Amino acid sequence: MFSAKSKKKLKQLKNRLTEIVGTENVDDSTSGRLVYSYDATPNYQSLPDFVVSPRKAEEVAAVLKLCNDTATPVIARGSGTNLCADTCPVHGGVVLLLKNMNRILELDKENLTITVQPGVITKTISETVEKEGLFYPPDPSSMKISTIGGNISENSGGLRGLKYGVTRDYVMALQVALPNGELIRTGGKLTKDVAGYDLTRLFVGSEGTLGMITEITLKLIPKPESQKTILALYQDIEAAGRTVSAIIAHKMIPVTLEFLDQDTLKAVEDFVHIGLPTDAKAILLIKQDGPEEIVERDIKKIAEICRDEQAVDVQVAATDEEADKLTTARRSALSALARLKPTTILEDATVPRSEIAKMVRAIADIAKKHNVRISTFGHAGDGNLHPTCLTDARNTEEMKRVEEAFAEIFEKAIELGGTLTGEHGVGMTKAPYLEWKLGEPGIEVMRGIKQAIDPSGIMNPGKVFAEKSKERMAAAK
Amino acid sequence: MITEAAKKKIQQEFKEKMDYDELLNCMRCGFCLPSCPTYIETGGQEKYSPRGRIALMKGITDGVIEPDEDIAHSLDLCLGCRACEPVCPSGVKYGQLLEDARSIIQENKKQSVPVKMLRKGIFEELFPNQKRMEQAAGLLGFYQRSGLSKVVRKVGFMDLFPESMATMEKVLPKVPKRKEIKQRPRYFEHEGTKKATAALFAGCMMDTMFFSTNNATIKLLQKAGCDVVIPENQLCCGALHGHGGELEKAREMAKRNIEAFEAVDADYIITNAGGCGAFLIEYDHILKDEPEWAERGKRFVSKLKDISAILVDLDFHKTHSLRLPEQTITYQDSCHLRNVMHTFEEPRILLRSIDGVRYEEMEGADTCCGSAGVYNIVESEMAMQILDHKMKKVEQTEAKTIVTANPGCLLEMKLGVEREKLTDRVRAVHIADLLVEALEYAEKTQEAVR
Repeated sequence: MFSAKSKKKLKQLKNRLTEIVGTENVDDSTSGRLVYSYDATPNYQSLPDFVVSPRKAEEVAAVLKLCNDTATPVIARGSGTNLCADTCPVHGGVVLLLKNMNRILELDKENLTITVQPGVITKTISETVEKEGLFYPPDPSSMKISTIGGNISENSGGLRGLKYGVTRDYVMALQVALPNGELIRTGGKLTKDVAGYDLTRLFVGSEGTLGMITEITLKLIPKPESQKTILALYQDIEAAGRTVSAIIAHKMIPVTLEFLDQDTLKAVEDFVHIGLPTDAKAILLIKQDGPEEIVERDIKKIAEICRDEQAVDVQVAATDEEADKLTTARRSALSALARLKPTTILEDATVPRSEIAKMVRAIADIAKKHNVRISTFGHAGDGNLHPTCLTDARNTEEMKRVEEAFAEIFEKAIELGGTLTGEHGVGMTKAPYLEWKLGEPGIEVMRGIKQAIDPSGIMNPGKVFAEKSKERMAAAK
Repeated sequence: MITEAAKKKIQQEFKEKMDYDELLNCMRCGFCLPSCPTYIETGGQEKYSPRGRIALMKGITDGVIEPDEDIAHSLDLCLGCRACEPVCPSGVKYGQLLEDARSIIQENKKQSVPVKMLRKGIFEELFPNQKRMEQAAGLLGFYQRSGLSKVVRKVGFMDLFPESMATMEKVLPKVPKRKEIKQRPRYFEHEGTKKATAALFAGCMMDTMFFSTNNATIKLLQKAGCDVVIPENQLCCGALHGHGGELEKAREMAKRNIEAFEAVDADYIITNAGGCGAFLIEYDHILKDEPEWAERGKRFVSKLKDISAILVDLDFHKTHSLRLPEQTITYQDSCHLRNVMHTFEEPRILLRSIDGVRYEEMEGADTCCGSAGVYNIVESEMAMQILDHKMKKVEQTEAKTIVTANPGCLLEMKLGVEREKLTDRVRAVHIADLLVEALEYAEKTQEAVR
């Protein structure tokens, strides 16, 4: 689709990019290109031709127009922490880096909103609003380095998704640069707004394939007064899974309800050294927040449910500090697992929460069947599991089995009424499977939208839409 | 400069020598980025981050890219503070990868004659030879005492050097006479009940330019109940060589030091310089290819402790009264002491147990001050940028005394005080010196009460 450009063409392109953003914001050095050739997805690497760092929306729009006119791919990039290869420039082109667009523009305490540029770090937003007694709930594990622009493009989730929802639920308004060089604004500081299609939601989670987000207004809520955290320990992983469904069935919605199996626990403990119960086969990390008396009541009830479902022990975190340590430990799970084997491939299969025990069991069976090592952790409360395969990319025979196992996990998730990906995005890793979830007519609708906004296909090419879909293996089922 | 032939050779050596499993261990999650001073100071440029640098090393090893000046500079600009290591969930040994990569590039880089001479002088002639260190320090002492320093400053000779070096010249401590160094005994007896025998790793800089800090350290150890011995024939730890890409030389020095300390067989080996400690603690790793030495290195490492860690272990702060005149004090971590030796609570425990002072934790005390060995001389611009940001944080604490635990950090903080023109209000001291000061002041005030 995109052929390599001649030296002369590249030089012309460089001159025109430089005219837009200035010399210091165009990098085509070997080192500059290499360090933006990857993200946190294993086994994907491809060098861009240029790394361009615009300073304002108008410059973004001008770069997009230039790329559109010259059929040059554009890949928006925040901190490159995504897990589906969305920021890997597979067809070369321009990486649009957000590092210069990292200002908080306004904290509106009357409307409870914050307006920011896309390069602001997620954690900075959380900390800024919490100082004012406000709360921005989405908290992906990478929040201390991920950018809000990236969170919106991936529609990131996090540990608080069960009670508070995901990034999508907090985006009120956007400014977006389009491939034709126009800047549009969607939504507003409005709870009610039905003027036209909901374009805000269209861009949220569009993985950089439609336009580039240049400004964001987020909804804030009052900060919860108090919180409490418990750990429930299990010697049977399915019992942990059943507890999750039982808690929800008892009409309890904790803010966090996380599952970690023994492998994950051990790896995390190796990193944090806080005395996690590594002899348990699985644990649930459960947190509730809100007014103190309600938190007390809920936690007591949840602890009872855990015991009823064969938890061998239920421990309450004594202090907020101890609770924070547990949450931080959980956030490091994926990277901590990476210490065990050279390659860590993580998936994001998600099922209705009533099916969580079945899914946990299925993952264990599938791992056994294909003789691969899979550790599982995840946001069990919202049905979002992260089965993580510990392998070695250099072992091609094993990698084939890993792929087969994951295909089977996707199949199972969909069969249980679930989805391929809960919060990491489709990108390249799940593009070949997307049709399994959406069906061909669903994909066609998406293609129509893509065609209308990005007719030349310059926006993050090679992502979301697969050149060829995988055959469904269990069609006979 | 890197010639075409050198590029090929570097690439080949990366393939042969770099620890590929360790390169793969980085899963590129980016959790290290917010902890990296050069990533932050460059406004978020990945090539100046740990993840970026590892990717560059892997890129060369994989043959995806060729080494060039720009890549060498990315590695050179790393402070080596290793703040990325404790925050890495995968446990990537970044410092070791960096040293290996720098060493390969260094060996194959074509250097200008003056740089070559300077490197040879420093790495081969000066530091591995404690006598020469003493001589050099002696020259510096003569320079300071003779009034020559005043003349040099007046004629603006130092203006010819990078600003950091010029200011640094002003803040260098008064060097003792060589005779004084030579006459110091090698053995000191404990006070009170005997608890252990400690062998002091005297350090090349510490035992010349910071001679009085070593004496303070010995005194504290005695008070804590240790017999103190200063083993003969010990050398510089080799850190400057290791970090500067001269690993072979560093290995040689490690072996000599292991032998020197085996000869006295103490319970502990004590250092008062975070930078040395962090290198000493990796002796078993740098000697890993020679099993017998690796084993001896392991024994050496198992005895190693920083002065503040042993003082807390031996309850020094509970058994001695410490007092200072009313003032606010703050602590700047030594990166290597914190990130590699994992000693960061102990200095704070000791400082908080001094009566009469207010201890104020500095925001970002755990990030590098910009000193980083010889970094502030070779990468002066970045170092000064980091230092200026650090000094803003210092001023927020309103501290009169900044305490450090490593000579490099100490000089850097002194430099910061000088640059900000705070010399009349703020001072920087080594923790050992401050503790002795607090001991003496407590004794004095108690006597006055009696």
